[in-house]
Amino acid sequence: MPKRHDIEKILVIGSGPIVIGQAAEFDYSGTQACQSLKEEGYKVILANSNPATIMTDHTVADTVYMEPLTVEFLSKIIRKEQPDAVLPTLGGQTGLNLAVALDESGILAEYDVELLGTKLDAIQQAEDREKFRTLMNDINEPVPESQIVHSVQEAVAFAEEIGYPLIVRPAYTLGGTGGGMCYNEAELCEITKSGLALSPVDQCLIERNIAGFKEIEYEVMRDRNDQAIVVCNMENIDPVGIHTGDSIVVAPSQTLSDREYQMLRSASLKIIRALEIEGGCNVQLALDPDSFQYYIIEVNPRVSRSSALASKATGYPIAKIAAKISIGMTLDEIINPITGTTFALYEPALDYVVTKFPRFPFDKFVLGNRKLGTQMKATGEVMAVGRNFEESFLKGIRSLDISGEDFYLPKLSEQSLEVLKDRLVDADDERIYVLAEVLRKGMSVEEIFQMTKIDRFFLNKLKKMIDFEAKLADIPQNLDLLKEAKILGLSDPHIARIWNVDVDDIYHLRKSENMLPVYKMVDTCAAEFESATPYFYSAYEEENESIVSERKKILVIGSGPIRIGQGIEFDYATVHSVLALKEAGYEAIIMNSNPETVSTDFSVSDKLYFEPLTLEDVMHVVELEQPEGVIVQFGGQTAINLAEGLERRGVQILGTPLSAIDTAEDRDKFEQLLEELAIPQPKGKSVRQLEQAKEVAASIGYPVLVRPSYVIGGSQMEIVYSEAELESYLAKTNHIKHKHPVLIDKYLTGIEVEVDAISDGDTTIIPGVMEHIERAGVHSGDSIAVYPTQRLSEEVKDKCVDITIKIAEKLGVKGLINLQFVVHENEVYVLEVNPRASRTIPFLSKITGVTMANIATRCIIGESLANMDYTTGLLPEPATVSVKVPVFSFAKLRSVDTMLGPEMKSTGEAIGRDRTLEKALYKGLTASGLTIPTEGAILITIADKDKEEAAELAKRFNELGFHIYATEGTAQTIRELSIPVTEVGKVGAEDKNVISIIEKGEVQVVINTLTSGKKPRSDGFRIRREAVEHGVPCLTSLDTAEAIVNVIDSTTFNAKPAVEGKAVVR
Amino acid sequence: MKRQLILEDGTVFNGEAFGSLEESIGEVVFNTGMTGYQEILTDPSYCGQIVTMTYPLIGNYGVNRDDFETINPSIFGFVVKEVAQSPSNFRSDENLDAYLQANNIPGIAGIDTRKLTKLLRKHGTMRGIITEAGAEDQEAAQKLAQSKLLTNQVEMVSTIKPYVSPGRGYRIVLVDFGMKHGILRELTKRNCHVTVVPYNYSAENILRLKPDGIMLTNGPGDPKNVPEAIDMIKQVIPHVPTFGICLGHQLLALACGADTEKLIFGHRGSNHPVYDFETKRAYLTSQNHGYAVREASLAATDLELTQVALNDKTVEGVKHRNYPAFSVQYHPESSPGPDDTNYLFDRFIENIASYQALCKEEV
Ligand SMILES: Nc1ncnc2c1ncn2[C@@H]1O[C@H](COP(=O)(O)OP(=O)(O)O)[C@@H](O)[C@H]1O
Ligand SMILES: Nc1ncnc2c1ncn2[C@@H]1O[C@H](COP(=O)(O)OP(=O)(O)O)[C@@H](O)[C@H]1O
Ligand SMILES: [Mg+2]
Ligand SMILES: [Mg+2]
Repeated sequence: MPKRHDIEKILVIGSGPIVIGQAAEFDYSGTQACQSLKEEGYKVILANSNPATIMTDHTVADTVYMEPLTVEFLSKIIRKEQPDAVLPTLGGQTGLNLAVALDESGILAEYDVELLGTKLDAIQQAEDREKFRTLMNDINEPVPESQIVHSVQEAVAFAEEIGYPLIVRPAYTLGGTGGGMCYNEAELCEITKSGLALSPVDQCLIERNIAGFKEIEYEVMRDRNDQAIVVCNMENIDPVGIHTGDSIVVAPSQTLSDREYQMLRSASLKIIRALEIEGGCNVQLALDPDSFQYYIIEVNPRVSRSSALASKATGYPIAKIAAKISIGMTLDEIINPITGTTFALYEPALDYVVTKFPRFPFDKFVLGNRKLGTQMKATGEVMAVGRNFEESFLKGIRSLDISGEDFYLPKLSEQSLEVLKDRLVDADDERIYVLAEVLRKGMSVEEIFQMTKIDRFFLNKLKKMIDFEAKLADIPQNLDLLKEAKILGLSDPHIARIWNVDVDDIYHLRKSENMLPVYKMVDTCAAEFESATPYFYSAYEEENESIVSERKKILVIGSGPIRIGQGIEFDYATVHSVLALKEAGYEAIIMNSNPETVSTDFSVSDKLYFEPLTLEDVMHVVELEQPEGVIVQFGGQTAINLAEGLERRGVQILGTPLSAIDTAEDRDKFEQLLEELAIPQPKGKSVRQLEQAKEVAASIGYPVLVRPSYVIGGSQMEIVYSEAELESYLAKTNHIKHKHPVLIDKYLTGIEVEVDAISDGDTTIIPGVMEHIERAGVHSGDSIAVYPTQRLSEEVKDKCVDITIKIAEKLGVKGLINLQFVVHENEVYVLEVNPRASRTIPFLSKITGVTMANIATRCIIGESLANMDYTTGLLPEPATVSVKVPVFSFAKLRSVDTMLGPEMKSTGEAIGRDRTLEKALYKGLTASGLTIPTEGAILITIADKDKEEAAELAKRFNELGFHIYATEGTAQTIRELSIPVTEVGKVGAEDKNVISIIEKGEVQVVINTLTSGKKPRSDGFRIRREAVEHGVPCLTSLDTAEAIVNVIDSTTFNAKPAVEGKAVVR
Repeated sequence: MKRQLILEDGTVFNGEAFGSLEESIGEVVFNTGMTGYQEILTDPSYCGQIVTMTYPLIGNYGVNRDDFETINPSIFGFVVKEVAQSPSNFRSDENLDAYLQANNIPGIAGIDTRKLTKLLRKHGTMRGIITEAGAEDQEAAQKLAQSKLLTNQVEMVSTIKPYVSPGRGYRIVLVDFGMKHGILRELTKRNCHVTVVPYNYSAENILRLKPDGIMLTNGPGDPKNVPEAIDMIKQVIPHVPTFGICLGHQLLALACGADTEKLIFGHRGSNHPVYDFETKRAYLTSQNHGYAVREASLAATDLELTQVALNDKTVEGVKHRNYPAFSVQYHPESSPGPDDTNYLFDRFIENIASYQALCKEEV
């Protein structure tokens, strides 16, 4: 059926800031959808508060609103734009929930705006656990025995009926937030309580535990002619019980016979038909490994993380097609863009194995609860493609950027089999390495199966890899074994470890033997039809399908899996670099391993190599393509880290030279540079023993900032205020013990400033100087950035600009550079220099209109800024104020401390723009998910060092009519300013105490600052977590608190006496 | 042990032996199904063919007692990228290697099956020989050159004697050109009393059985190799509701005066979209055919085009304008593959019912 002509203007809702469970995949699907709607000639209005996305580029939609995704703001947009329809199914859970809310608010009816894709009752039938269960019963599809509850009592009652273990699943939450498995009443009560709190409809499903079943997913599509297909099915290696988002997943399913495959296929199609979805849908099923018995776990009536994965795994662009279906086109008339000759009504045939691995944030949150369960914890994922399972699997492992390039975690070999066995039973983020280790230690497949319920097929494959290691070890340098190793996907470093030789030896041996991979095409049809998709993966086989063109080409390295500190911002920069290269007439080749992102959409670049980002894998592509050079400065640290090896192997690094990168990252070289340029830097020294540490700290003077020198990304960085704290830090992190040097820097308080600049070697332009709301000490990625600066004197700003220019030119930067400063007593100190794209590139590009990644790329390939009419210096600043507000995923990360510090913790960001700072902050904070209270009570409990400052804040809250609770010490200081305050007991105290008032919802905001060096289970920690579990904003920086007071102040009125003090009588 | 696969055009693939070690010559074809290798191996329509699976991991779920489509497989060879050593599935009785050995089917693993598939796509299906590695290529190549494609596969796979699968419902005569069990299963599921007869059973004998309906099954090779069946069909379709599947469909078309042609590499897989003009919808179908009905040739007949392949527009279904006969090129019984078109068997039963109602009126 042809597309609809009764609608012209469509409002697309994005998914907002990135949080665990809702990440870059929605930028990919959203971008595809907008483009595909524009293709068909519709006017596309986009609403998304996430500035780091490609989706929010002005080129993607006709009009882009970077406003908070709330009913309030969307209603404004609807009134202003008067769209004919809304498409909510591409904005993840956020989009769906908003669609429901908008409908309830009546605005859709008022402006008769139609919901496209999935009808409202379908959304409710799929999302509302009770309605869903009813529907399943109607079409007799089995669901596990369960009960909907609205209270803890109901839950307990049901448990008494059917017994434990049970699982709790809140309605309308994403990534399984608040859900979990319970083995006893205590757990049931706790989880149900937080689940009810987190469910927007106070509803939870208590369900029989079917952990251990095979978890299978089907990605299905349906059009308005009731034609339905399966795009892809996927099998989780980790059985039911571990969230699919945290599971290792393979596509297609490996252990299902055709009968099982078709049985589940038919069930999935039956469901999408029953829901009458027009578009894509994800069905999760549980299959008994010992019978044909299966259950429906859940249905997501929208594109999802899995559909992004399925799109990359098959080449079939689900979001693009879903968008076309939503405007009435049917599958049998939409062309399959990959072959160009066949139609979208088709089920892709794979001739390779795809493996997806989750990327967990526990390299950062070492102390967090690392157990895997029904609530998702991964921040990102990698995908790998191979012609056999082992190859695909090992490529995935090395794409993770965790265990080097090897299927081996040294620290595990030290652990006893007993300890490891326990870690098999309740899985954590390292489970896959644990499996490898227990196999090395001789545990049998059968025994492992009994403990993990991981299908024997996969366990045998793992065993095969481990056994092969032994076989390989027996005959070093043997070519046949080497060949076999490469076919099985072992990396050179992996082989080098086993033969214990140098990696380069293996590499040269292979080259001399011409043992190199070929590249196969991903074509949706297993080569049945001619296709010309430039989408490739490597394999050690005969025929190479990647034909090298005559054109001049450049290889751009992407940023791999999304993790804290290296988010979607880097994919944004990568994509823009690729587009710039295409504009400049180059063949732009991209390499990346992240299935969620826009950069791995094969239609973005001229050629896509879906490969791990390791020296070995990059070299293979370089040797085949012979590009003019490689660009590493947009792919974050992952890409930068490749520079050294690439240069060593004679590859041309384009843009900023390796030496500059080295100078910026090598502590001593960097110090020298700054000395030469007479640029101040916080005093500091690198030490190796405890005593030395104490001396240095003493001589510099506390507080000092300590960190291990070899980790980047602010990992394990802490501010310590006393020798005692220093000792406890060193004891806790035992870097000293392991002879790793530790850096000790003077901790300077003051405004933190961040600058991004572009240089071509001669000219250096600074599109923007940003200032942070939170003083230095809170990681730049976790603090609220403001542009243009509000508090900096011209003088200070000029200093920052000068320094930036000096350093950029001294380093010989060609492309982007990012600097962080702290302004301390009117002196500007350099904290850090990153000669690469930074987190703030998309934010700045969007608010300044300077397409930074694009311009930087042009500099890299030799264009001069002068020719682009730029002259060195700071570019003019607009009047509009923009803020970038960090977004955290603490609700998903149990027992992770929410205290802000020098270590980055946020997973995403939201933008706020308006005429004044307060308005911008209001929008930014709202967009970040924080509800700004206009009345009520606040709880203040803080460290002595902050009491004076906090008292002032208390005063202002009081003036604004807030009731103030405080703990003893704090209360005292506040009372001294004769401000009314209710004192509450400390943790564990009788009756009214800090915890109880949070639980009872008696406070709207909690302000808490860190007493002393992180004792993981300190009272402060309890308070902060309690706030998170109950969705109460907990501010750990007084600066954030002050910003919020200002916002409240500007949006409410306060009561003041007519005349201060006594009335004067005449 | 090393083995090689040599094609007509001289291309040599070196791989590992599995299954039987016999030498085998056949028509090399590829199937894109990601599951269903057991059904494919035992589908008599593959008689005379060496089948390549495009999905690289084959044998993962083993071989079970349930999913056979015939008792003695007649496939000539099996080519895979990797054959599973330790299959895993609750129904698995033995691994693929053991099954092929027991049934004398040679296999070759470890070759670049994607390269092979692309060759077949470009040049069309070719004859090939699976033989021991190092064997004089010349010699093998000669054997290959001298070999001819079979013409008597139907005779090889059809039942010799008629037999009955009793039921209380309609009496169906099923003409076995190389029947997949799936077809019989669908009929018995609908309580039919099925009499399975050999491919060369005469029209007279068939009509003597007073069938309510006639089922023309799938089968191997070129329909023009079974003229006797074409005759038979001409005589029965005026009198008995008839349903043809795959080869049965091609024979019905020939019987009605249409023509068939060889496709360059055919349709083999579980993901073939077909558009049905009657329901105005497309379905995913399971297919396995190297020949097809010429669309142009339908003009001169009483056959009406009811279904086409969405991708290459080849004929997938026809219906007789005057007689209660219809047929499809694909496999509505699936096994392996999607069961989207299972409704065709109901349609067959309905045809019988309405035809009988009609006859009553006339009387
Ligand atoms: N009845 C159950 N017993 C055990 N585990 C379950 C059960 N239902 C779901 N799970 C597990 O919990 C995970 C999350 O559940 P799901 O309903 O998919 O929530 P989400 O909306 O977060 O995807 C699933 O991936 C599955 O592994
Ligand atoms: N000497 C210092 N004084 C005060 N704050 C500092 C100092 N050094 C670092 N910081 C804080 O720590 C944060 C992270 O430090 P940085 O060197 O930028 O590490 P990363 O590589 O994670 O960006 C900075 O954003 C800043 O807020
Ligand atoms: Mg789920
Ligand atoms: Mg920094």
